[in-house]
Amino acid sequence: MTDTEVDPRVGTDTALHLEGVRKTYQVGDDEVVALDRADLTVGSDEIVALVGPSGSGKTTLCSIAGGILAPTEGAVVVGGEDISDYSSKQLTEFRREAVGFVFQTVNLVPFLTARENLLVVDEIGPRTGRKARARADQLLEELDLTARAGNLPGQLSGGEKQRVAIGRALMNEPDLVLFDEPTSSLDSEMGDQVVKLIREEMKSRGTAAIIVTHDDRITHYADRVVKILDGRVDDRNGDDRDHPDRDDG
Amino acid sequence: MKLALRELRRRPNRFAVATVVLSLIALLLMFLGGLLDGLTAGSTGALRAQQADLIVYSATSDESLERSRLTPEIRAGVESVAGEDAVGGLGTVQLGARLDGRDARDLVPVVLIGYETAPRGLPDEVPGEGEVYADESLRAEGVEEGTTVQLGPARTEVEVIGFLDDSRYSGQGTLWGSLDTWRETVAENRPGEQAGEGVVQALVVQAGDADPAALATEIDEATDGATSTVTVQGAIDALPGVDQQQQVFNQIIGVTVLIAIVVVALFFALITVERTALYGVLKAVGASSLYLFAGVLLQALVVTLLAATVGIAASLAVDALLPAGGIPFVVQPARLIGSVGYLLLAAVIGCALSLRRVLRVDPASAIGG
Repeated sequence: MTDTEVDPRVGTDTALHLEGVRKTYQVGDDEVVALDRADLTVGSDEIVALVGPSGSGKTTLCSIAGGILAPTEGAVVVGGEDISDYSSKQLTEFRREAVGFVFQTVNLVPFLTARENLLVVDEIGPRTGRKARARADQLLEELDLTARAGNLPGQLSGGEKQRVAIGRALMNEPDLVLFDEPTSSLDSEMGDQVVKLIREEMKSRGTAAIIVTHDDRITHYADRVVKILDGRVDDRNGDDRDHPDRDDG
Repeated sequence: MKLALRELRRRPNRFAVATVVLSLIALLLMFLGGLLDGLTAGSTGALRAQQADLIVYSATSDESLERSRLTPEIRAGVESVAGEDAVGGLGTVQLGARLDGRDARDLVPVVLIGYETAPRGLPDEVPGEGEVYADESLRAEGVEEGTTVQLGPARTEVEVIGFLDDSRYSGQGTLWGSLDTWRETVAENRPGEQAGEGVVQALVVQAGDADPAALATEIDEATDGATSTVTVQGAIDALPGVDQQQQVFNQIIGVTVLIAIVVVALFFALITVERTALYGVLKAVGASSLYLFAGVLLQALVVTLLAATVGIAASLAVDALLPAGGIPFVVQPARLIGSVGYLLLAAVIGCALSLRRVLRVDPASAIGG
C-alpha cells in the first residue's frame, strides 16, 4: 500500500527525493524495520553526509537511494526518475546509467588496470567505445591518476584505489553518487585528501552526493548533515532527535 | 566479455589446473574414440571395401561368411534377378601365413579372400593364379611387393603383386586373389571345407539404379528363400562382436564426458564462489546476472577449447608414435570434431550448474562493508 504521492515540485533541481520510504525484512515470524517512513530530499549539486550508529539504517537508505534495494513502501525519485516500483532488471539498468557508487571494501576488479576499471562501466552496458575511453582518460587526469592508469589495483596505494573508484562512479555521468564510508580504510591525511577531492569533483560537475560515514572530518566538507537513528531520518540541521515522528507531508 | 578474457590472460594460473585435467580427459576421449574406430575398421574393412550394394548369404548361415555356401544353381537364381554382370562371388579362409626369414612358428594371421568384383582400390581384372594383393597393414609384418607368402599347414605359396588400403577383416590383414586361388588354398589346407566347382561363400551384388532393399527382397524370392540378402551396412552390423564393441566403448566415452561435466561444474562453481564479492560490486554498478554468467561460460569454453587442442595434438602424436600394426588406433577428423563437440557440451552443462550461484549474488552485499 503506497500512501504517498510524489511531490509535483520534485523536478530537475532535485537529485534525490525520498518520501515515506519504509523498508522491512521478514526474519522468521518477526518483521524487522530497517527504515521507517524516511523523507529526504537532496538538491542537484548538494553534498549530504549521512551519519548514524551502525544498524541505524543508513546503509539501507543508501541502497534504496541507489536502486540496489527496492523499498517496501514509499516513493523514490532519483534525478526526476521515479524508481519506486522498478523491477530488479529495471533497477540494474538504472544503476548502470543514473547513479555512481563508491564502496568501502572490495571495490576494484583486481586483474584490471586503473583505466580498465573505469571502462568496466562501459563494458557492462551498451558499449560506446571511443567516447568511453576519452571520458576515462579525462577522469584519470582530473583525479591525478594518469601516471597510474596502467597499474593494477595491487600496485596502487589505498588513496589511489579510492580515487580510481571515484572515477568509476563518475564514468556514467550520474545524477547522484553514493559513497559508503569512503575513508574508513584510509589514514587521516589520505582520508582528508580523498574527501577534498570528492567535494571538488562533485561541485565542479554539479553532481549530488550522499556520503555515509562515521568520520567527523567528512561532515565538515558536506553541505548538510543528515542523522539517522533506528531507521528514522532526521533531515534537519541540528541535533533535534527529540522529534523523530516528523510527519510533514 | 573483455572482462572474462582479460582474467584468462592475466591470471592463467587460476585456470591451469582445470586446463590440465580437461586436457587429459580430452586425450582419453579421443584415444578411446580412435581405438574404437581402429577396432571397427579392422573388423569391417573387407566388407566396406566392397564396391557393391548387397551381399547374398545362404539362408541358414546367419549372415556369416564362414558358414555360408552358395551353389551355382542359387547363383543362377540371383543372376536372373540382378543380371550376370552385377554379381560377383566371394570366398574367405583364415590361415596362418609364413614369411621368408621368419621363424617357422612365427605365423602372421591372415584372411585370404577370393573375389570376382574388384574391391575399392584394385583393378577390375582379377589377379592370376597364385597372385594376391595384400592389405597395407601387412607391410608392418615385412610384406612387400614380390614377397612370397606361404599359407597354412600346406604352405600354399602366393605372391604379393600390390597393396590395397583399409581392407582388414576380423582384425587380421587380408590377401585378395582370384576365386580359383581361394578354392585351391582351401582344398590344400582345409580339405574338409573344400568348395566344389562354382561354389562360393557369398555373392556381392551391384544394385545399379535399382532400390537395394527391393532388389534384396527380389533376390531372396528368386532363390525360393535359399538366400539371405542384406546391404553391405547390414552385413557389417551382423559381424559378431562389432556392435557389442561399439556399445562398450560408447559407454566408456559417455562416462568420460560425464567426468568432464563434473570437472567443469566443480571448477567453475569454486571460481564463482571466490568471485561472490566481486560479482556483488559489479552487480551494484549495473552488471546483469546474464552478463556475469556469459563471462563464466566464455571462460569455460575457452578453457575447454584449449584442452581440446592439447587433446588433438596428443592424439596425433600418439598416432605418429605408435608402431603400425600394433595397437589398432586410427585418427579420424570426424571423431576428433565429435570429441571436441562433446567437451564443449560438457562445458556448457557444467557451467549451467553455476548459473544459480551467479543469480543469487545480491548487489546489496557490496554496500555496508
